[in-house]
Amino acid sequence: MSTAEAINCEEALRLLAVYLDGELHGAEHTSVERHLKTCRSCFSRSEFESRLKSELSQLARDDVRPAFEQQIRQLITQFTASSVEPSRDRN
Amino acid sequence: MDPMLEPNATMTRSVSVASYQPPSDTAEWFGRSVLGVLPDLVSAARRLTRNSADAEDLVAEAVAKAWLGLAALKERDRFRGWMFRILTNEFLAQRRLLASQHESQPLPDESGAFSIFEQLHQPFLLWWSNPEKEFLDKLLREDIVRAIDSVPETFRMVVIYADVQGLSYQEIADAIGVPIGTVRSRLARGRSLLQKALWEHARDAGVRTRSKNPDVT
Repeated sequence: MSTAEAINCEEALRLLAVYLDGELHGAEHTSVERHLKTCRSCFSRSEFESRLKSELSQLARDDVRPAFEQQIRQLITQFTASSVEPSRDRN
Repeated sequence: MDPMLEPNATMTRSVSVASYQPPSDTAEWFGRSVLGVLPDLVSAARRLTRNSADAEDLVAEAVAKAWLGLAALKERDRFRGWMFRILTNEFLAQRRLLASQHESQPLPDESGAFSIFEQLHQPFLLWWSNPEKEFLDKLLREDIVRAIDSVPETFRMVVIYADVQGLSYQEIADAIGVPIGTVRSRLARGRSLLQKALWEHARDAGVRTRSKNPDVT
């Protein structure tokens, strides 16, 4: 059974970022979730912060320059060659 | 410190890449894993260094150090977080070197948190039906990049890791080497600075009109 308590807007906004980061658990998570279902203002704030976070995540995977990827592949090939056992390497 | 992710104290530039010989399947796995996270590493490095050439140098150095320290990685499924930790260590090491040559960037003052949402919900702007949606709709990728780049390094790093790369607080704490509480406080400050930069940039770029209220620019 949840022990979540009703919280006010100030408390909900204090916890909002951690909630949106998926780092809020247990009763505090439930309290924020319930508050957002009943408070239009905090819900709007939550939607805004969530969308801004989503916009930022669009920067997560930049295109890698083909020449740089090739450079990394060559580096890895060098590693691969170095990991072959000496006896097999000589044959 | 997480015992499963031991520090890379044995990694130095003087160690030859060929000096480490892991099990035969490891090199293949390492190569696949590196190429899988390469776009993430390049993206994070570009935002950390704010320079594409420096970012590539940083990533290449991190990959080499990861190979040399691979024996310290006990769980392969934690490779991504581990790579970010190495990237961070290398970046900070380079920054320390630069800091010894130049004056460090001053941190911003600790005035109250800034929220775009609160700015858009000033009473005189409530005629605007959905100002926050319109604001976000008009933002371009370059606006966001410029805003992130303007945030001081200490705070920029946690914003990049949390909001761009989606790392957990624990992964960020491991990567940077600070307690989770510090991650949370830096993240709050970093996000506030980011929103302030976005707000000011939006004004300068004409994404939003200058307020009629002289107290709110």
